[in-house]
Amino acid sequence: MKGLTIFLGCLIPNRYPGIEMATRLCLAKLDIDFVDLEGASCCPAPGVFRSFDEPTWLAVAARNIVLSETLQRDILTICNGCFASLADANQILKSEPQLREKTNEHLAKLGKEFKGNVEVRHIIEYLYKDVGIDNIRSHLDKTLDLRVAVHYGCHLLKPSRSRGLGAFERPEFFDELIECLGATSVDYPDKMECCGAGGGVRSALKDDSLKMADHKLSRIKEANIDCIVNACPFCHMQLDAGQEEIRQKTGTDYNIPVLHYTQLLGLAMGFPAEMLGIDRNVTINKDFIEKIERILLSEEME
Amino acid sequence: MSYTSQDNAGISSGVKNACKDIFKCMQCGVCSGSCPSGRHTSLNIRKLVRKAARNSDVIREEELWMCTTCYNCQERCPRNIDIVDAVLGIRTLAAHEGIMHSEHRKVSELLLEHGHAVPIDEENRKNRVEIGLEELPETVHKYPEELEEIKTLLSSCGFDRLLGKKRKGSLKRK
Ligand code: SF4
Ligand code: SF4
Repeated sequence: MKGLTIFLGCLIPNRYPGIEMATRLCLAKLDIDFVDLEGASCCPAPGVFRSFDEPTWLAVAARNIVLSETLQRDILTICNGCFASLADANQILKSEPQLREKTNEHLAKLGKEFKGNVEVRHIIEYLYKDVGIDNIRSHLDKTLDLRVAVHYGCHLLKPSRSRGLGAFERPEFFDELIECLGATSVDYPDKMECCGAGGGVRSALKDDSLKMADHKLSRIKEANIDCIVNACPFCHMQLDAGQEEIRQKTGTDYNIPVLHYTQLLGLAMGFPAEMLGIDRNVTINKDFIEKIERILLSEEME
Repeated sequence: MSYTSQDNAGISSGVKNACKDIFKCMQCGVCSGSCPSGRHTSLNIRKLVRKAARNSDVIREEELWMCTTCYNCQERCPRNIDIVDAVLGIRTLAAHEGIMHSEHRKVSELLLEHGHAVPIDEENRKNRVEIGLEELPETVHKYPEELEEIKTLLSSCGFDRLLGKKRKGSLKRK
């Protein structure tokens, strides 16, 4: 099996570094062969840059892919947006010779060339398919007795013909990854609905974007859960920072903790909450922090 | 599609090109019924598709930018129309006419300057160190020569020129 490079993107290292730390700790604990993708840039974000100019979007994505090709490693993304850009660009460049030629003309100015010999993976599907539930279970220290609202996010699954992860309407693999940690993935209405951040909506039309987040959060709140778990730092930001923005606008205070899956997995592996950056969100729920501290102090698993 | 600024006839053929399939639309409304944005904003993707098939003026619609590209509409369309690809294609025509939100222009300028749409700030340099990471991540932030590569690439693609473009029309705000 090829080793991996980890692709950080923008939001993880620059806004939610706890997710970066959690990813590093979890991958190391699982004995996965990974290195940093030194000199990587923005993926570039699909919402704005693919809209504005597809050749630019392709070229910048291709450069990131080439960095990994040079190391002969597959790319591991931890974000649905990075996954959408890099996996789609990889697919387009592999299958469309004309676009590949054009892109390589730009890359030639950097002495680089897209060859098309690595794959782009998303950490959730990688953990599910390649690492496996049983293997993950054998690396856990704690049973997380938590009620979780899982948020898949859009671009992990769609467009489904490019993702090949099966039905997008009622997927289960992410729920299984949560339940293998001892937690319960609680079903809730509009579970598969978008957080409202993507497509450049959060950056340009904040109020419209927050209406979608507000709806999603209200459904989650009704489901009586301990936390939200996502697969994407952009959904993470929308659901975390968005709660504060909604509170200021409407007065509704949801106070729901938001975790990236790597942070939840890190807890189940016994790493402390501060190391995983869980206490550095915008929305901090003290009861939740106390609850996970109790779990972490409890006896090790049998 | 050519990416230079176009006259009206050019835009109109550009719109048709961006969404050839749009003529297969039977206006069933499955797309708008599936659209999370349409539940909360004025975006009506079914109407936008119809408009695109008729009229190049669609590039000025504010609703174009309310789509989160969640792909629900495209996944469920019974006529298999690549609706999101069409939205992206029409947005491209708009951007190339200089019609863009100032926030998107700003994000694009950040990419040009830092190689990141969301660059590091003081608070997160500190956050990184406090949780045990290096102050700067292993990205272009840490490697200035690599950042130069991004700048070369973006100028080779003409992205800087795209942003320098004067706005030729404005978004229709409702
Ligand atoms: S779902 Fe497809 S066919 Fe139906 S209105 Fe929308 S675009 Fe047209
Ligand atoms: S992709 Fe855009 S138009 Fe289609 S359902 Fe999602 S938000 Fe609506």
